[in-house]
Amino acid sequence: MGQPVSDPLAGQYQTNPPREVPTRRGTELLMLGFAAFIVTMALVLVEANQEQELTSSIIWLGLAYLALFAGAHLAVRRWAPYADPLILPLVALLNGLGLVMIHRLDLAYAAKAAEDGKDFTPYIGKQLLFTLLSLVLFVIVLVVVSDHRTLTRYSYTAGLIGIAALALPALLPSSLSEVHGAKVWIRIPGITGIQPGEFAKILLIIFFAAFLVSKRDIFMTAGKKIAGIELPRGRDLGPLLIAAAACLGVLVFEKDLGSALLFFGLVLVLVYVATERAIWVVLGLTLFAGGAVVAYNLFTHVQTRVQNWVDPFADAYGDGYQIVQTLFGLGTGGIAGTGLGAGRPEIVAEANTDFITAGIGEELGFIGLAAVLMMYLILALRGMRSALAVRDTFGKLLGCGLSFALIMQLFVIVGGVTKLIPMTGITTPFLSYGGSSLLANYILVALLLRISDAARRPATRPKPPVPQQAPIAEAHTVMVQRPPDMGGQQ
Amino acid sequence: MNTPMRKVGITMIVMIVLLLVNATYIQMFKADEYRADSRNSRVLYDEYSRQRGNITDADGNLLATTAPSNDKYRFARTYTAGPLFAPTTGYYSINYGAGGLERAEDEILNGSDPRLFVRRLSDLITGRDPRGGNVQLTINSKVQKAAYDLMMQRGYAGSVVAMNPKTGEILAMVSTPSYDPNPLAAHDTKTQKSAWESYDNKQKPMLNRATQEIYPPGSTFKLVTAAAALEDGKGPDTPINTASNTTLPTTNVKLENYNGTPCAGGTFKDALAHSCNVPFAEFAGQLGKDKLTKAAVNFGIGQDITLPMRVAPSTVGQLDSQPALFQSGIGQLNVRLTPLQDCLLSATVANGGMAMQPQLIKKILAPDLSDIETYTPKQLTGTPALSSANASILKDMMLGSESFTKGGGKRPDVQIASKTGTAEHGVNSKTTPPDAWYTGFAPANDPQIAVAVLVENGGNAGLEATGGSVAAEIGRAAMNAVVGGG
Repeated sequence: MGQPVSDPLAGQYQTNPPREVPTRRGTELLMLGFAAFIVTMALVLVEANQEQELTSSIIWLGLAYLALFAGAHLAVRRWAPYADPLILPLVALLNGLGLVMIHRLDLAYAAKAAEDGKDFTPYIGKQLLFTLLSLVLFVIVLVVVSDHRTLTRYSYTAGLIGIAALALPALLPSSLSEVHGAKVWIRIPGITGIQPGEFAKILLIIFFAAFLVSKRDIFMTAGKKIAGIELPRGRDLGPLLIAAAACLGVLVFEKDLGSALLFFGLVLVLVYVATERAIWVVLGLTLFAGGAVVAYNLFTHVQTRVQNWVDPFADAYGDGYQIVQTLFGLGTGGIAGTGLGAGRPEIVAEANTDFITAGIGEELGFIGLAAVLMMYLILALRGMRSALAVRDTFGKLLGCGLSFALIMQLFVIVGGVTKLIPMTGITTPFLSYGGSSLLANYILVALLLRISDAARRPATRPKPPVPQQAPIAEAHTVMVQRPPDMGGQQ
Repeated sequence: MNTPMRKVGITMIVMIVLLLVNATYIQMFKADEYRADSRNSRVLYDEYSRQRGNITDADGNLLATTAPSNDKYRFARTYTAGPLFAPTTGYYSINYGAGGLERAEDEILNGSDPRLFVRRLSDLITGRDPRGGNVQLTINSKVQKAAYDLMMQRGYAGSVVAMNPKTGEILAMVSTPSYDPNPLAAHDTKTQKSAWESYDNKQKPMLNRATQEIYPPGSTFKLVTAAAALEDGKGPDTPINTASNTTLPTTNVKLENYNGTPCAGGTFKDALAHSCNVPFAEFAGQLGKDKLTKAAVNFGIGQDITLPMRVAPSTVGQLDSQPALFQSGIGQLNVRLTPLQDCLLSATVANGGMAMQPQLIKKILAPDLSDIETYTPKQLTGTPALSSANASILKDMMLGSESFTKGGGKRPDVQIASKTGTAEHGVNSKTTPPDAWYTGFAPANDPQIAVAVLVENGGNAGLEATGGSVAAEIGRAAMNAVVGGG
């Protein structure tokens, strides 16, 4: 919505009438309603297939879900009116499907626990609470970060906190940081646990984007030419080497291969985009290959993962069990799937966290899995489009990094689940059970919306330049050149 | 800056396309392979949710069937008279898999057998849930029950096998102590687990003694030695060594008759009637390895028998030396038979010297009870173990043995031909109660049923146990169930 032209002078600068830029918030609300409909239907399917009683409470749940995201929608309408209209509905749909899947697995786990005579607390309650908290955090980020460029001011703070958060679990005793062999937690006994790596991801993207933008010119300068290839100068290699070292550190001390892969991919992409030189990618991939070989030879847990990737069936009931059962699940699901609630995704361990896409592939089939993957791709491409359209280089780099982080994380986990690459544990954004992941990814989405808002917001009319004039008494006599296009009218 | 960003965008698309291509490969091209993999427990769960076929006895009485259940599996497997038929039906458990016929005929019972394919296809089109085919056994419930009840009443651990000597159809297959397969088929994991654990004890109730365990046959093996001797030209009146003992050639070890008594009478037929050890040991020594082995093979010993459950192969052991032949000729040393094989000894004599292939399945029926396959009698080796003339002679000798055999259940109207056995075993055979055997057939002139009874460790008679005193009455009870009118 362009500002009404009130200043008669303004007309002289504009040859075209101001273009009406639609906010497209109506589209967003419509799509949110659509997402709520799909999620409600998914819940109905689960309840029907699990032979639960179908009651009207499902409708209320669906409406409550819609109301929750309508709240987020109102916040977007108020604080980021020009934001991309598809990002929030896509996130809402993914989050909703995740909730349905977690509830569906709860039913299976509860049945199993009842058989064994054990107690079972459903996961869905906590996840609903985290969804609510995430949306609150989402709104707070939208309000506080009214302009993404302000983030550059805190880039070093963000970087320091990010590195510290990443390193903290490694420094803590295992009793407070280790779950299933990966030291990536900060556990507060009896209350909850935090995976600081999820937040570090965003903080480090902010840091790297700001750092690279400020040093962009230095990166762009030519280094030594060796054998026809323009190599970057030694001291410019600093951040890349630090990043590589930090990732290797994560790998060594926390046994968190998935995050290591994610960070490395992120740094590589950010440096490449900032410098526009493919040589960084070549260098980075060479470093990665070397690191991978070293890691394979040094660590048995890396060897195990590679073996499970090459041939999980060699140890189908031992180390390979999870992957083998995942493949069986995906195969049993086939093209159309068994139907939500009609498969047995609970056979795969960690089915509601790392392996949640395995359950989706089993029950919704290839069609469902492909749809989910496409939703992520559209989400990331909308983010990328906003990054391309935004005017400032920091915004471009930040948007690009956040969008790529989503796809990279998805690739690492879904690739691992479907045996495309070795399995490295990491959460699936928005789908997986886990508070840290959900909170962090909602921050990511809030920032993406902020950037997309900046990209589509019509440029505010520049203020008429106030010529800096020295006090008239001290003024020298100067020759002032008349602006050529104003001459005729004056 | 926009050019590299576009390239990153393309990279993201490529990454998702890679995931999609890989998912296509797994969920479309490899799907059938993964679905059919035996390690895929999802398929197993599906199977447990299907209406499994029935197992019936020869007269169509239900031994194992499915009842609708109100849980996620939809059907529960039930066994009409659990422990009585457990050695034949086996069990079908979600957590512990399947055993017995439930495992051997699983493809028919769960409906995945190729012969059920057309029906499965029509089920698919008409939208009916696929159902399994039925298996009709050759088991005669009356014989099975008579033998099982008496074994349980006496508290014996052992086995009874009965078959139709003319067709090889198994009429009874008892193993005691037995187990109830019903709790194993329960859908409740706890029930399954506690049942499974309670069956895992020293008495081995889940061991099918009729087919899975081999025992020294003792004097019942003299039927094989006698058959070989008759084929070798001996006659029922051939004189024999009546001494109370003999020395194993090239050793100082004495082999003596039961209780160390001389052999009454003086002929071959007297030797079998009184089960004298010395003459049979000497016969075996004279026959040599080849002739004795040939007879044994044609009685079925060492043959691979599947019912379709695989039967443990019986063996005559090593017969390389004279002492070994002497001991093996009376069913000791390393001679080991399953009760099923022991039954086959009598059955072969009853069938004029020709061993018939033992079979447990009479018919395979489709879910709608139409015939899929009917089993026909087959000869086991095709070569008779002894000529029909000699079989007739041996039958008469067995009639003589029966007349000297103690134990209850004798009826004047039923003519039984039989042989007992009292097999020494264990580390010290003088302190371990012997296994008691009884094998025979009736009626002698037109055999309808052949029986073998094994009572482990002499039942409750201790060291004094003999085949006659312990096992005979059970064998007679089984035969009376068929030929004595109940």
